[in-house]
Amino acid sequence: MPPIQHPDGDVVFDASSPWLLNPQVSLRPESFGALAYHFGTRRLSFLKSRTLLAVVEGLGDQPTGHDACRAAGVTAAEFGTYERALATLARSGMICERQAS
Amino acid sequence: MTLVTVPSAGAPAPAPVGRLIDQFERGLDAPICLTWELTYACNLACVHCLSSSGRRDPNELTTSECKAIIDEFERMQIFYVNIGGGEPTVRSDFWELVEYATDHHVGVKFSTNGSRITAEVANRLAAGDYVDVQISLDGATAPVNDAVRGAGSYATAITAMGRLADAGFVGFKLSVVVTRQNIGQLDAFKELADRHGAQLRLTRLRPSGRGADVWDELHPTAGQQRVLYDWLVSHGEDVLTGDSFFHLAGYGDPLPGLNLCGAGRVVCLVDPVGDVYACPFAIHDQFLAGNVRSPGGFGEVWRHSDLFTELRRPQSAGACGSCGHYDACRGGCMAAKFFTGLPLDGPDPECVLGHGEHSLAARGDADPPKPSLDHSRRPRRVAVAMLPRRPDRACDESPLAGLGRDLRRD
Repeated sequence: MPPIQHPDGDVVFDASSPWLLNPQVSLRPESFGALAYHFGTRRLSFLKSRTLLAVVEGLGDQPTGHDACRAAGVTAAEFGTYERALATLARSGMICERQAS
Repeated sequence: MTLVTVPSAGAPAPAPVGRLIDQFERGLDAPICLTWELTYACNLACVHCLSSSGRRDPNELTTSECKAIIDEFERMQIFYVNIGGGEPTVRSDFWELVEYATDHHVGVKFSTNGSRITAEVANRLAAGDYVDVQISLDGATAPVNDAVRGAGSYATAITAMGRLADAGFVGFKLSVVVTRQNIGQLDAFKELADRHGAQLRLTRLRPSGRGADVWDELHPTAGQQRVLYDWLVSHGEDVLTGDSFFHLAGYGDPLPGLNLCGAGRVVCLVDPVGDVYACPFAIHDQFLAGNVRSPGGFGEVWRHSDLFTELRRPQSAGACGSCGHYDACRGGCMAAKFFTGLPLDGPDPECVLGHGEHSLAARGDADPPKPSLDHSRRPRRVAVAMLPRRPDRACDESPLAGLGRDLRRD
């Protein structure tokens, strides 16, 4: 699947890269999913699914974004939806690309 | 604020949770937006002060009690608190508490009249990420501001803003309570904020605290409300509102924000003596849920108090039930209704359809409820002409900004 791009052509989120939760971000699980707060930008986001929370929590331990989705139980049919959600989080700096180890 | 939603388009959505706004109305495990007033002491005497501040209360929480509360906020993962007062910086342990909070992963935004923002303080604040500052100013010119906040308070706030800007603090907040007198200055406020690298935040004048004494004279007229609404719509998320103006949603498109009264559901107030109220605008026994000094502390009050449990139940639309705009404005602000003597299940006093004016007329001569506490240094009932004091800390920073519109998509 091609990476998600901004209209200006910059890559926002490439699921084949390694990712992690920005260390400046705290997650608080809620019944609907989770709240995510970025202490640097002081922005709050709502993750509207527990599965998305599991994906985001797992990013740092998985080789790629795609693997994190799979590990959290996201099916192939659901992947596009989660990829778009992760792109939204990448755009606001909640998750960042990690140097491949 | 962004809403990262996972639409179920085609795919089997994991455990559908419904609309977020419904989740919020049922309450969360911990507040999203918590206002903590550290002291009733203030070196100003704004005529519309929501908390009737002035004199310190002898029973205010001690430094160690405050630290224990911060520990609890950390356990509950309350990401940040909005600290206000009174003027919070007059507490001798203010900086100690701010540092303790940020060391314990509780971010701080504090409201101030600017009187203690020295160049040194500004530099220190600019150097860190975890503390945000909100300067209160209620006029874009000295005469308009000082009539409400007191002689010299305009100059004090402008000096503080200049120091923050010089220190390189980008994005601090310029917080304005919108009144009949300053509503013509919205562009000037925006310009003032832009010039200092700050973000403008507009909030609603509530008839709370000393605000009850001046509300009739200072609250925007119906025509002004329309101007305000159009101005806010045209500025979008550029201007913060602390979700203040959801009663204006009846005009048409909702403003950025949750468009919901968050009192006791996602918002609350801890006052200087540890009393927990449903929201910062409702300092009255009727909205008092408990005290942080009682067994179980703040968490127990938040999770199990009778008042908050009640507020999280479905609320009656009452007299507003037959109005086609109820879904937009949700009946408006509980505190505004209460302190103008209107029923809580009826229209907001500033209902954009004019229903509030009818209710106010129907109320007759009955006196509205008075705030339960008053720490004013001067006798109440001053004319709006002059005399100081700071108001405001409101529900902040619109942790909810943008949500209203996003919600419509889900």
